[in-house]
Amino acid sequence: MPLDQSFVGRSYPPTEPYEVGREKIREFAQAIGDDNPAYADPEAARALGHPDVIAPPTFVFLVSYRAAFEVISDPKLGLDYSRVVHSEQKFSYVRPLRAGDRLSVSSTIESIKSLMGNDVLTVRGELHDETGALVATAHTKLVARSGGDDAPAGEGER
Amino acid sequence: MTQETARRVAYADVEVGTELPSRTFPVDRATLVRYAGASLDFNPIHWNERFAVEVGLPNVIAHGMFTMAQAGRVVTDWAGDPGAVLEYGVRFTKPVVVPDVPEGEIAAEITVGGKVAVKLDDEQRTVRVDLTAVSAEQKVLGMARAVVRLA
Repeated sequence: MPLDQSFVGRSYPPTEPYEVGREKIREFAQAIGDDNPAYADPEAARALGHPDVIAPPTFVFLVSYRAAFEVISDPKLGLDYSRVVHSEQKFSYVRPLRAGDRLSVSSTIESIKSLMGNDVLTVRGELHDETGALVATAHTKLVARSGGDDAPAGEGER
Repeated sequence: MTQETARRVAYADVEVGTELPSRTFPVDRATLVRYAGASLDFNPIHWNERFAVEVGLPNVIAHGMFTMAQAGRVVTDWAGDPGAVLEYGVRFTKPVVVPDVPEGEIAAEITVGGKVAVKLDDEQRTVRVDLTAVSAEQKVLGMARAVVRLA
């Protein structure tokens, strides 16, 4: 059954802040094999004009996805979460995330579409710092597969 | 001027079509376990072969976000400052399949290339970089684009 269109535009309250830690950034950078000094060495980050070590661009997802997950798990939305794959991801940055940031995420369901029997949902997550300033925005497109052969061979986030 | 700032690519030095140094990144099961822990994404399709096959996948697959991170490295290494990335987006078109292989063999590789597609703004010194990412001869990312501010 197609998802309820009335959820388009619905916003969810900001999450409890996620505190970006130096060691978490280091761990994440190591996990993607990236030895860029801006992720590990505060001096190197400062030489580039950043007040502390910064996080790799895709680190945003670690913060935004939990909030998006709560949205797609909303039982009233009726998304069959076991069939959901991650089909697109987009980030825009006002500035890079950095150690010491305390970020809360406000999520909005941006669109709901039905394509060949698949439900396609786009969730926008805005990351704000403690002063309320926007730091980064994540657009996450999820597809709930209908089970047919045309199912997108996507990534399969659960 | 430090080495880090000296290494930054200047807007004036790039043209539409300027290629970024391409890279090939190896991926194995250990890579995915490590990424699962760091990213807090413990979906078993990224580490449990039995589960992956049960849900119709050919084998364990890499996290899409891992692939996106690898492709991003081509941009951040080129730009010099990872904080110069203003936008970054991808479509996950095919999974990166990561079989369990004997030690010494390569489980999977992701090859990433990129080039300057548009010089967006002379004042802001921003360019759009278009990326390609291929694994096992399949395009694993589509519409992979980053907007970067150069020096």
